[in-house]
Amino acid sequence: MAAKSTTRSEGGKVRRVIVVGGGLAGLMTAIKLCEAKVPVDLISLVPVKRSHSVCAQGGINASVNTKGEGDSPQVHLEETAYGGDFLANQPPVKGMAEAAPGIVNMLDRMGVPFNRTPEGLLDFRRFGGTLYHRTAFAGATTGQQLLYALDEQVRRFEVADVTDEHGVSIPGEKMVRKFEFWDFISAILDDSGTCVGCIAQDLKSMQIKAFTGDAVVLATGGCGIVFGRSTLSVICTGTAAAAVYQQGAVYANGEFIQVHPTAIPGADKLRLISESARGEGGRVWVPKDKSDARDPKEIPERERDYLLERMYPGYGNLVPRDIAARAIFKTCFHEDRGVFSPQTGKNEHEVYLDLTHKDEKFLRAKLAGILEIYEKFAGTDPYKNPMRVFPAVHYSMGGLWVDYEADARGSLKMGSPRNHATSIPGLYAVGEVDYQYHGANRLGANSLLSCIYGGMVCGPAAASYQRSMRKSALDLPRSIFEKAERRAEEDYHRILKQNQDRADAENAYRLHAELGEAMLRDCTIERHNDALDKLLGTIAELEDRAGRIKCTDTAARVNQGAQFVRHLENMLVLARVIAQGARNRDESRGAHFKPDFPVRNDAAWARTTLARHEAKGSVKFVREFDYACAGQPVHVTDAVDTSLVAPRERRYEQAGAASAQATGKLEQKST
Amino acid sequence: MAKSSEDQKGRAKAGAAKADAVKAEIVKARAAKAEDVEAKAAPTGTDRLVHLRIRRQDAGDRPETKRWEEFKVPYLPRMNVISALQQIQRDPRTASGKEVAPVVWEAVCLEEVCGSCTMVINGRARQACSALVDRLAPKGEVITIEPMSKFPLVRDLLVDRVRMFEDMKRVRAWIDIDGTHELGPGPRESPESQEERYPLSRCMTCGCCLEACPQYGESAPFVGPFAINLVRLYNAHPSGAMHKNERLETVMGEGGITDCGKSQNCIEVCPKEIPLVDSIASVSRDTTKRLLLGWLLK
Repeated sequence: MAAKSTTRSEGGKVRRVIVVGGGLAGLMTAIKLCEAKVPVDLISLVPVKRSHSVCAQGGINASVNTKGEGDSPQVHLEETAYGGDFLANQPPVKGMAEAAPGIVNMLDRMGVPFNRTPEGLLDFRRFGGTLYHRTAFAGATTGQQLLYALDEQVRRFEVADVTDEHGVSIPGEKMVRKFEFWDFISAILDDSGTCVGCIAQDLKSMQIKAFTGDAVVLATGGCGIVFGRSTLSVICTGTAAAAVYQQGAVYANGEFIQVHPTAIPGADKLRLISESARGEGGRVWVPKDKSDARDPKEIPERERDYLLERMYPGYGNLVPRDIAARAIFKTCFHEDRGVFSPQTGKNEHEVYLDLTHKDEKFLRAKLAGILEIYEKFAGTDPYKNPMRVFPAVHYSMGGLWVDYEADARGSLKMGSPRNHATSIPGLYAVGEVDYQYHGANRLGANSLLSCIYGGMVCGPAAASYQRSMRKSALDLPRSIFEKAERRAEEDYHRILKQNQDRADAENAYRLHAELGEAMLRDCTIERHNDALDKLLGTIAELEDRAGRIKCTDTAARVNQGAQFVRHLENMLVLARVIAQGARNRDESRGAHFKPDFPVRNDAAWARTTLARHEAKGSVKFVREFDYACAGQPVHVTDAVDTSLVAPRERRYEQAGAASAQATGKLEQKST
Repeated sequence: MAKSSEDQKGRAKAGAAKADAVKAEIVKARAAKAEDVEAKAAPTGTDRLVHLRIRRQDAGDRPETKRWEEFKVPYLPRMNVISALQQIQRDPRTASGKEVAPVVWEAVCLEEVCGSCTMVINGRARQACSALVDRLAPKGEVITIEPMSKFPLVRDLLVDRVRMFEDMKRVRAWIDIDGTHELGPGPRESPESQEERYPLSRCMTCGCCLEACPQYGESAPFVGPFAINLVRLYNAHPSGAMHKNERLETVMGEGGITDCGKSQNCIEVCPKEIPLVDSIASVSRDTTKRLLLGWLLK
């Protein structure tokens, strides 16, 4: 039996759902909840307008078929499944591909300054893993522009009153209450293991507070900072995912980490140069003569090796990222043919990404955002000189396991409380923190889409869940919340006080640098079991040393040092899930590549990796588990639903291979 | 080797010949490239130190803790102010060897697109991520870092810019859509109009224009250039224009457009080169029209 009122608790308080994270996924979830008349508490580590979604550059996929190429959601679905090497459950992918044109239209209505065709329609460009023009874009800062659009819509709900069943405003209550500069610490679970709120810390006053929510949605992004330097923002430590994983949430496909082929090396960050550079005609090359020290512009065409075009004539520079990154890695590491530097006298781990053959005005209209980044950070004019780039950790396909419910058509059943539900009842996950849409390798420009689509699905799911509740979390004994609050406070004081007098104390930032180096070396593009064994040993050693961390800041307010210790402890937990998952999976699939097991092994490994926290320092991998959603028991296995696109070997050397099922042929399109 | 030195000579010659002809911008980029090469050739930092002078304060309400601290941190290739501050985290000691708490600052994306890490570096408000050490201190000069002065101080280099987000509510910086359900495509827009709107939309709420604006301050009501630019941005959109007057009225009263002192500092410091002065002029014209019309209708 559902509760009497979905607006107020029995005690008369306004019932809310908590959304943690204010990137695209979190904001879209919040908007959908508000439209379903569910008030939201939005908790974010940073002002939501500064979330990591701003870093997305190239665009968002939608098969609008503006160019009359015969693109359709069916083709989009197939290419996404194929690009992901058939590890994604296909009903959610189908739902996403079908919703995509509507999503881009919605963003257009919100005022996103998408680039236009001469007729005033949305322009689309090409991206990796497809031959179709499917990517809508706003210059080369599309993520920023989409984030701003959703941020503005959420701001409207910040000034909108909560109304009761009769449409009467409830004084002092707004649809969205924002808590910015708050750090998620843990979920609050009641005695039955249902999530009824969360603990977060105000990063200014350092106050630890229990938030009561009928459901909690984690939209906390990726975990690239586990790898030290990556293309991710400094906030993407994966701490929230690691926290709820340790509270019992299942983590799926952790070993699938996308390495983006083209980034600018840097001391603090590896800055992304979007795939859109290649989508607009950029070409990747190295000199044929590995000791060629000439200025790249002086090297004639016939003396250049356009490696991707040579290796993959069908898709050329627009092969999916796992393939492009491996090809560049092979060229630089194994063949030692990276760009030669006369200064160091060796071949650097860099290749040219060349746009100098394109008209400057064209480039300014379509790519200014990324070319400006290159100019500012690398100090060279990319309009006139080929850029020098190398692969960098970019995206986590894996994440918290989430459920879905398929409809009769094999698409996603909108409004089912199972969609985006984690294995902890009442806890949802959406965006990069979930594992749902990208299988073993994400296609470019599908992440903005999956974040927004995920939010459009997750909002209604959490609202349905709330309607199914017998009573609000607000009507539970306060002792549950007080206990959780106390535990978090004790843990925070442990971090502040531990090892303060210790002579051999460790520095958290230095440990993090060591973790990052080890993860980058042994757990990215190429993975070897002996190296992974050693890596797991290193992680264990770092965990041990983490116990000796002395917090270098003991201030009572704005203590970033203590916050970082907490994040590092959680990063170590995720590092183990990633590395152990990689160690176990003896095959090569998408971003996970083992030279000793170079082919995909569907018989043994066409399955989702499901990791459960067992104890500190140990991960349990399961083939199946049970959880309850909205009171209904659900049995989950690691089987992958590939009912819509039959798995086949990926062959990007052949044009049209990724869309052969939908088009009924291997077409010979020119690129 | 012979080949490469010849090429270098050739390049230097061509470079010298061109330098006169090309824009100052490109000269700058070239110089930066030379620095970059130097940086790469240099050993990874054990001998070279970066000298920072940082303004610190433990909390906004503790002015007695206001102080300068100096740090000398190991140099890294392609180093920016962020990575210099990160070096302090790894070994938080001042130049004189005193153990201190690491410096507190705000950062997210590190590629100058989120607006977080704005601080005053060598007297100029800018993002710390794009402030490259090789350009600020090619010869090891001291780099001075202070928090922005126009916002309440939180700690060290961290300030509270919440007022900017509040002012975005004031000026109704959004499009009033009917909902997120499927309602078909948005209004058509010419490429020309998109090219006008897009640069305005790149404002990352970083606060540089406010730090530089003589009229903006904690006790002054002026909303500042960034907010006025947003009025122009939303009024330029076909659906946004339907609420043009409401938006104009938000900047017609106290703290609105007439508070602009026309110093034009804002456009000098905007890291995204947003035409803020044009935006202020354009909104000013529109508010004047609106005002006159208001009188006529009275």
